[in-house]
Amino acid sequence: MNRTVKTRALATVAVVALSTPLLAEDLTIGLASEPTSMDPHFHNLTPNNAMSRHIYDTLIRQDETQGLNPGLAVEWKPVDELTWEFKLREGVTYHDGSAFDADDVLCSFVRAPDVPNSPSSFASMTKGKTLKKIDDFTIHITTEAPYPLMANDVSNVPIVSSESGCDATTAAYNSGEASVGTGPFTFVSYKPGDSIVLASNPNYWGDVSPWSTVTFKPIKSGPARVAALLAGDVDVINSVPTTDIATLEGREDVGLSQGTSNRVIYLHLDHGRADSPFVKANGGGDIDNPLRKLEVRTAISKAIHRDAIVERVMEGVAIKAGQLLPNGFFGVSDQLQPVEYDPNGAKELLAAAGVPDGFELTIHGPNDRYINDAKIAEAIGQMLTRVGIKTSVETMPRSVYFQRASRGGPEGGPEFSFILVGWGSGTGEASSPLRSLIGTHDPDKGWGASNRGRYSNPEVDALIAEALQTVDSAAREKLLAQATELAIADAAIIPLHYQVNTWGVRKGFAYAPRTDEYTLATGVTKE
Amino acid sequence: MTVFIIRRLMQAMIVVFLMSLIVFFGVNVIGNPVDMLINPEADQAEIERTIRALGLDKPIAEQYLFFLKGIAQGDFGKSFIFGEPALKLILQHLPATIELALVSLLMAVVLGIPLGLYAGLFPEQGISRTIMASSILGFSLPTFWVGLMLIMGFSVYLGWLPSTGRGETAVFLGIESSLWTWNGLSHLLLPALNLALTNIGLVIRLSRAGVREAMHQEYIKFARAKGLPTHRIIGVHLMKNIMIPIVTVLGLEFGNLLAFSVVTETIFAWPGMGKLLIDSLLQLDRPVVVAYLMIIVLLFVAINLLVDIVYSILDPRVRLRDQGA
Repeated sequence: MNRTVKTRALATVAVVALSTPLLAEDLTIGLASEPTSMDPHFHNLTPNNAMSRHIYDTLIRQDETQGLNPGLAVEWKPVDELTWEFKLREGVTYHDGSAFDADDVLCSFVRAPDVPNSPSSFASMTKGKTLKKIDDFTIHITTEAPYPLMANDVSNVPIVSSESGCDATTAAYNSGEASVGTGPFTFVSYKPGDSIVLASNPNYWGDVSPWSTVTFKPIKSGPARVAALLAGDVDVINSVPTTDIATLEGREDVGLSQGTSNRVIYLHLDHGRADSPFVKANGGGDIDNPLRKLEVRTAISKAIHRDAIVERVMEGVAIKAGQLLPNGFFGVSDQLQPVEYDPNGAKELLAAAGVPDGFELTIHGPNDRYINDAKIAEAIGQMLTRVGIKTSVETMPRSVYFQRASRGGPEGGPEFSFILVGWGSGTGEASSPLRSLIGTHDPDKGWGASNRGRYSNPEVDALIAEALQTVDSAAREKLLAQATELAIADAAIIPLHYQVNTWGVRKGFAYAPRTDEYTLATGVTKE
Repeated sequence: MTVFIIRRLMQAMIVVFLMSLIVFFGVNVIGNPVDMLINPEADQAEIERTIRALGLDKPIAEQYLFFLKGIAQGDFGKSFIFGEPALKLILQHLPATIELALVSLLMAVVLGIPLGLYAGLFPEQGISRTIMASSILGFSLPTFWVGLMLIMGFSVYLGWLPSTGRGETAVFLGIESSLWTWNGLSHLLLPALNLALTNIGLVIRLSRAGVREAMHQEYIKFARAKGLPTHRIIGVHLMKNIMIPIVTVLGLEFGNLLAFSVVTETIFAWPGMGKLLIDSLLQLDRPVVVAYLMIIVLLFVAINLLVDIVYSILDPRVRLRDQGA
C-alpha cells in the first residue's frame, strides 16, 4: 500500500468514526431464501432484488407498500405522449468515490436485460424503452406507445457504475470487486450458503443506516430459523412458519411484525377446453366441461368457506380476498367484497346449470410454494365435495407442478382443469395480475403468460389495453378497477385470500413489514 | 497391487459413465427448471428466450452429447441458478462438509469403541445395559428431530452453543478451516454430534459383538494362559481382530457422511455439499445434481479402495485381488 493511499484510508476511518452515531451496532438477519448472486442484474427474483436494494439504488424507490418515491431521480414526469423526463439527483457518489450521473443510468439499462447465463432477466423492465441523455442530470425515456407504467418499471432496475459496474462479469460482482453501488450499504463479503456481510455507507445521500455491519445468514429450514431467533443467533428472521406464530406471540423475548402481502392465493379454472381432462361426470364418464358455465364457477366460489380457511388452515394469518390485490393498492375496486359462504346457494346454482348432482373434479396444487398450500387444497376439496362436486386433491412439489400447470398439456398448453396458485404483483398495482392471469393468452403481445385457465374475455381485454395506454393516473385507476370488476363478476379466477407476511424480531428490534416480501436491513429499527 | 488398483479405477470409470447416463436422463424427466428460475411476471417471449439460453430447447440426446463433450474437457456444465461452473460450486462447499464428516467420524470412534469395549467385556453390568439401550436410541431416533432437540437444549435453553451456520475460519498448515478457531469449533459441535449419533450407536454394537465373540476364541485363551497382562490382550490381540468390520462400516459411513448429510446440514444451515444437493434438487439445478452425483460415485469408489488397503494392513491374510478374478 503506498503512502498516500494509506493516509487517505486512515482519514476515511477517522471520518467514519466521527460521523457514525455512537449507537452503531451489528445486525444479523436469518433469511429463508438466499440470493443466487451479488450481481444486481443477474436474477430478477425477490431474494436477489431485496439484497440488491442494500448496495444499489434505483431511480425510483418502492416504499413498504410499493408506493413510488424519489431515489436516484428526484422527479419524473411525462413531457409528451411517448416521452418521460427524469431529473437525476446531484452530488451522489458511489462507494468507490466516483460520481453518479446520466451515463450510469444509460449503461445500467443496457446491462440489466443482457447478463450472460441469467436465469431470469430484467428484459421485461427495460424492453421497448429508448434512453437518451439530455445533460448529465437529465434523461428522456421514450416508448413506441404511451406507457403509464414507466415509473413502476424503472423502480425495479438497479443502477450500477458506468466505470466499474457496467462491463463487469457476474463473477466480479460475487467477489466484491464490482459490487460498487450508491446504496446505503457497502459490500464486505459473500460466501454462498454461509453468509453475506454488508457495512453501512457513511456517505449515503439518504439516511445513513445505524447498523454498522449487517450479516445475512441463509437458514432455509423454518423450525431452525425460529430456533436461531430464540437462541439469539439472529436478530430478525423472515417467513415465520404459521404453526410457530402462536408460540412466538406468547413469548416476551421475541416480537412479530406482520403485514399484508401483495400476493393473492386463488383458483384458476379451465375456461378453454370443452373436454377438460380432470373434470368427469359422476361415475367417471365424459362431460361437457361445466367449469365454462358462470353458474358453476359462482357456485364453486360460494361453496368455499373463506373464513374457515383463514381461521383454521392459515391460523388467522391471512385476509380473505374478493379480488386480485388487497385494498390500498393502485387499481383495486372499492365495489368488490369477498364472496360469502353459501352452500345452499351453491347447490341451487349447480341445479340451474344443469348439474344438480354435481360432477367429479380434481384440484391440483403445489405443496411447497405458498404458505400452507397443500392444506388449503385439501380444505377446498372437502368444501366442494359437500355441495356435490366430488373433488379429489392432488398436490406435488413446485418443481413438478408449475411445469405441468403451465405447459404440461398437449401442444404445450396447461394440463390441469382446476388449480390452486398465487400471484404477487411486482409492479404493486392491478395491471400486473390483470395482464398475466386474466388477459387472453397471446405470446406475441406477452399477455396471459400465467393465464393457466385460458380465460378470454374481449371486454376485459379492451379495458386492460386501454388502461395500459392511459397515462392519466385517475383515469387508469378507474379502468383497472372496472376490468377487475368485470373479471371477478365473470369468475375468471376465484380469489381465496391474501397472504400475510410475518417477520420475527428479537426483543428491542422492530421491522417495518413490506408488501413485496423484501427483508431489508434499512427497515429494521432498534426500539 | 498396482494391477488391482488400475482395474478398480477402470471399473470406476464405467460406473461413473453409467451413473451420468441414469442421472442425466433421470433429472430431465422432472419439471422444467425455467419455471423455478424465472420471475413470474416474465412474458412468453422472455420464457422462450431463457429456455434457449439454458439450452433446454434442444432434444435431450443432444443435451447429453453436449454434456459429455464438456466432461471430456473437464467441464461439468454451469449451474442454472448461480451461472457458475457446477464443479466450482461443489468444491466451494466441500471443505465445510469434510470438516463436519471428519469430526463426526472422530466422535464415533472416540466414543463408540471404548463404550462398546466396556459393554462387551462386562456384559452383565448395569452400565453396559444402559450403554446398549442408548445405542438403540442413537440410530433409531430421526436425525431431524434430534437436531432440533439439540438446538432447543444447547442453544435456546442453555445458550451454550450457536444454533446455526459455520463459524469463523482460519488458515493453518495451508488449509482454511473452521476447525482452527474456537468460534468455528463451537459452531461445529452440535451438527457433528447430530451426525455422529447414528454411527456412535453402530460402532458400540459392532465393538460389543466383536468383543463377545473374540473373548471365547482360542488365541485370547492362549494369551491369557501365557500370562499376558489384560491391557495387552485387549489393546493388541482383541482390538486388531474386532477392527475389521468397524473399519469397513466406518469407511462406507464416511462416504455417506460426505455425500448425504443433507438433513443435518439443512437444520443447522451448514454451508456444505449436502445442502447444495438438496437445494439443487428442489430448484431443478440439473448440472449441479449431475456433477454432484458423479463426484460422489468417484468418492465411494476411492473410499472402498482405501478400505481394502487398510484391510490388508490389519489382516495380512487378506490379499488385494478382485473376487473371482
